[in-house]
Amino acid sequence: MNCRSEVLEVSVEGRQVEEALLAVLHTVLLHRSTGKFHYKKEGTYSIGTVGTQDVDCDFIDFTYVRVSSEELDRALRKVVGEFKDALRNSGGDGLGQMSLEFYQKKKSRWPFSDECIPWEVWTVKVHVVALATEQERQICREKVGEKLCEKVINIVEVMNRHEYLPKMPTQSEVDNVFDTGLRDVQPYLYKISFQITDALGTSVTTTMRRLIKDTLAL
Amino acid sequence: METDLNSQDRKDLDKFIKFFALKTVQVIVQARLGEKICTRSSSSPTGSDWFNLAIKDIPEVTHEAKKALAGQLPAVGRSMCVEISLKTSEGDSMELEIWCLEMNEKCDKEIKVSYTVYNRLSLLLKSLLAITRVTPAYRLSRKQGHEYVILYRIYFGEVQLTGLGEGFQTVRVGTVGTPVGTITLSCAYRINLAFMSTRQFERTPPIMGIIIDHFVDRPYPSSSPMHPCNYRTAGEDTGVTYPSVEDSQEVCTTSFSTSPPSQCVFTVTKAHFQTPTPVVTDTLRVPMAGLAFSHQLSSSRLSYQPAALGVGSADLAYPVVFAAGLNATHPHQLMVPGKEGGVPLAPNQPVHGAQADQERLATCTPSDGTHCAATPSSSEDTETVSNSSEGRASPHDVLETIFVRKVGAFVNKPINQVTLTSLDIPFAMFAPKNLELEDTDPMGSLHSDGSSGGSSGNTHDDFVMIDFKPAFSKDDILPMDLGTFYREFQNPPQLSSLSIDIGAQSMAEDLDSLPEKLAVHEKNVREFDAFVETLQ
Repeated sequence: MNCRSEVLEVSVEGRQVEEALLAVLHTVLLHRSTGKFHYKKEGTYSIGTVGTQDVDCDFIDFTYVRVSSEELDRALRKVVGEFKDALRNSGGDGLGQMSLEFYQKKKSRWPFSDECIPWEVWTVKVHVVALATEQERQICREKVGEKLCEKVINIVEVMNRHEYLPKMPTQSEVDNVFDTGLRDVQPYLYKISFQITDALGTSVTTTMRRLIKDTLAL
Repeated sequence: METDLNSQDRKDLDKFIKFFALKTVQVIVQARLGEKICTRSSSSPTGSDWFNLAIKDIPEVTHEAKKALAGQLPAVGRSMCVEISLKTSEGDSMELEIWCLEMNEKCDKEIKVSYTVYNRLSLLLKSLLAITRVTPAYRLSRKQGHEYVILYRIYFGEVQLTGLGEGFQTVRVGTVGTPVGTITLSCAYRINLAFMSTRQFERTPPIMGIIIDHFVDRPYPSSSPMHPCNYRTAGEDTGVTYPSVEDSQEVCTTSFSTSPPSQCVFTVTKAHFQTPTPVVTDTLRVPMAGLAFSHQLSSSRLSYQPAALGVGSADLAYPVVFAAGLNATHPHQLMVPGKEGGVPLAPNQPVHGAQADQERLATCTPSDGTHCAATPSSSEDTETVSNSSEGRASPHDVLETIFVRKVGAFVNKPINQVTLTSLDIPFAMFAPKNLELEDTDPMGSLHSDGSSGGSSGNTHDDFVMIDFKPAFSKDDILPMDLGTFYREFQNPPQLSSLSIDIGAQSMAEDLDSLPEKLAVHEKNVREFDAFVETLQ
């Protein structure tokens, strides 16, 4: 099975980095989250309800929809904050990228650890620009808002191709497909990583952040 | 050819498409209300959330959608369209977007209706949620107010895009293939907003704000009326109470199966809610300038039953028996062979006993096993209705526990505990005050039991009153009957302006100054006449 890969690029001002990334990540996760599964006897299960909420950006003329889950929002904000700090501290050209990878776990026999097989990867390339005047910043607010609208349309287009999705798991397999650690929603298993690059695209600092404890790599 | 689709699947599919259409309209209109939308996730299935998404149902919008659909479903050549337009305070209007739910002939015979189609429709609704925030009309709708408002109109049939001006753009939200055709959801939106920027925003705002709770706008005489994208209480202006008030609600309890591919299990539940008229409490702001749909609305919704999606008249005839056969031991469970795991619950049970049925059925969760309420049963509140019923019960409970009976007014009546501190008391007499009561109790002062709870009632200890029980107007909400009310308000305090002393003085002064005033006015009679002429 091939992992499909989508790449999005955004050029933003420094203070817009977080909101732009959250908008993209939340839009993807909105489509890749379900309600909590409740397994019953005879192999049936019921699914909880996913709520949604609108989020207005402070530095961009843009509103996005995210899943109503504070835990998920906190987790994303944490990693996006780390990315922003890394970008700022790198002192480079302000180029970096963040990857949101959906994967499945495949149990391996001892002594080998479980395999993580990605089935979809979203990469957001971020280019930070520095603006001098307030007027430029105002224009940037609107322009970035329009760009993010296009990104959301792109994301939705990909989602609605109805390409490969992991099969609905049995109760014993559910943790290999979904992240069941959240209280109110259940996204597919995912991990987020980022790296700061220089202008040539090579990795100056490679930083891996694991969001889910049970992702392992030998 | 539809012979491949068994009748059960066909029914399911029709139901899914119908509720998908209704939810689509809700999402679109709610996205143009001008406020942020927020719904909560729930880890336990509530039984009333179609497609596993928390999308509220505004009764008025559902009513309009059903009216437009008139019992039909989107089909080839018959699309459901939601038109969003803008109307300025001067009366100019402009179409902004047309959202189209269409069906084409391209069929996907292999697809599983009850699982794959359902999940894909859910995904499509999520996409719709995202896309409705990125078209240009969204930002306009967030700023609606005094200068303009956003209106919606639902129609069914041919898509009319001519009102969008030149160069409109189209965005496709998504498609879902089904055995009877492919459902497509798209939006065509105007990009030429020129008249807006030059004419509208340079003018000063009107002196009088526009109150946006009257809204009939008929750009096409034969088409359906426009409605504002705001919320108002049912029956406020038009006197219409929407049928959803008494409809039953089809429950969509999703139960999926991961059994071996050879069989899937359906469990069917049905809940019949008693939906009272959505009496909006004081938490709902009267719509002003379109900014009516406040967050408080979502909490006030707890106090009335979820809007009934209702069942078309055709559904009433559906029998409870399912076509694929019933398992003898579990009469309400259905074993259906399937290819993959995961079969959602088919909310197939019809409204039992027609729409006027006021009884409340117990909602069964799949864990209840066979207790599927196909027939009206006792009105128990189960978990799945607990959200709504709790919310509804609590105002009653609150009022019941803290309502103050007139202390001393009723002999031998139990007095409820009083906590006045937290109570927003509607009746002034429950606040401490001095009552000038001149009647005395001929039988001496009688104190009722529990008079310690009363704050203001001590002065009434001298009264003995005969318990006046009127034969009517027993109010369930307040444990106060007409007799009590009448008695308690029989002796209101005098208005200060009507008291003799003050009134007499001002009257005398007025009378004295009258001749002077008349003289002045007579002098200026020509000015007055000229002024009157300018008014004509």
